[in-house]
Amino acid sequence: MKRLFAMIAALAGLISWLIATPAMAQDSLPPAPYAYRQLDDPALEAKAQDLMETLRCLKCQSQSIADSDAPMAGDMRSQVRERIAAGDEPEAVRAWLVERYGDYVSYAPRVTNLTWPLFVVPLVLLLLATALLWRRFGRGGDKA
Amino acid sequence: MTETSASEPQPAGFRWALWLPLALFIAFVALVFYGLVRPADRTIESALIGKPVPAFDLKPAIAARPGLSSAVYQGGKPRLLNIFASWCIPCAVEAPQLDELGKQGVAIDGIAIRDRSEDVSAFLQKNGNPFARIGADNVSAVQLALGSSGVPETFVIDGKGVIRYQHVGVIRPEHVPLILRELKEAGL
Repeated sequence: MKRLFAMIAALAGLISWLIATPAMAQDSLPPAPYAYRQLDDPALEAKAQDLMETLRCLKCQSQSIADSDAPMAGDMRSQVRERIAAGDEPEAVRAWLVERYGDYVSYAPRVTNLTWPLFVVPLVLLLLATALLWRRFGRGGDKA
Repeated sequence: MTETSASEPQPAGFRWALWLPLALFIAFVALVFYGLVRPADRTIESALIGKPVPAFDLKPAIAARPGLSSAVYQGGKPRLLNIFASWCIPCAVEAPQLDELGKQGVAIDGIAIRDRSEDVSAFLQKNGNPFARIGADNVSAVQLALGSSGVPETFVIDGKGVIRYQHVGVIRPEHVPLILRELKEAGL
């Protein structure tokens, strides 16, 4: 019986230790002013929202900053909203971030020296498939 | 159709074309396995290496040290800029290495990310304070301007204010010579 109590106590201790030890440290400051607050002007907010959905969260790299609750994503949202509110064009804000983090920070596809095959290969395959089908069925039709 | 085609001679490339889809499939599987076994490096490097440090001016994070502005990087000597936070556990791990660099005469400035003054003070009391200046960046604005994506990160900035090197993550003891070499190359 004593052993059972000891085991339960040990287990309770372990669980409380696990709860008390955060897996990832977080800061204790409140979020940046516009991290969770929309801009007052709906048109500007829509502009900012469209941009935020195509910017990568750097902490949680498969999410956009619009989707993420990471403190850094909140700081990025606040900065994006403040810049849009100050009259910056969304593409200027994107360019500012790309200048610092490279293309990686943006989800909007761009044709560059590196990415052009992604756009060209599907076209080539489509043409190839059309040619093949034409030869297979087009000619057969002629013969019949 | 079948009778006439069977009597025709087979085209030269026929056998090769038959195996092509299987070969493509195997190549695809190999590519997927390569990606599984060796996942891509997810470290985000700042694109500002080789470029001037952006202009900024941060208020002091603690009373005991002045704040940090980008003007200090025009001083003619290279400096280290360490981005840290009291809530960042790896930052405590690299503190002895920063102390070591400070003892070797390296000028080190800090930027405390999203931190409270009393927490920074407690952190420095516990882990040592090698910093000449510490700026408080409460909304990660300067961190974003520098192209830094987390804590800890350390930049080597030369005497003319050009970012020469970025170290992402903890400076482990084996990295100290590397940091010193980068500082030497920057003109220390």
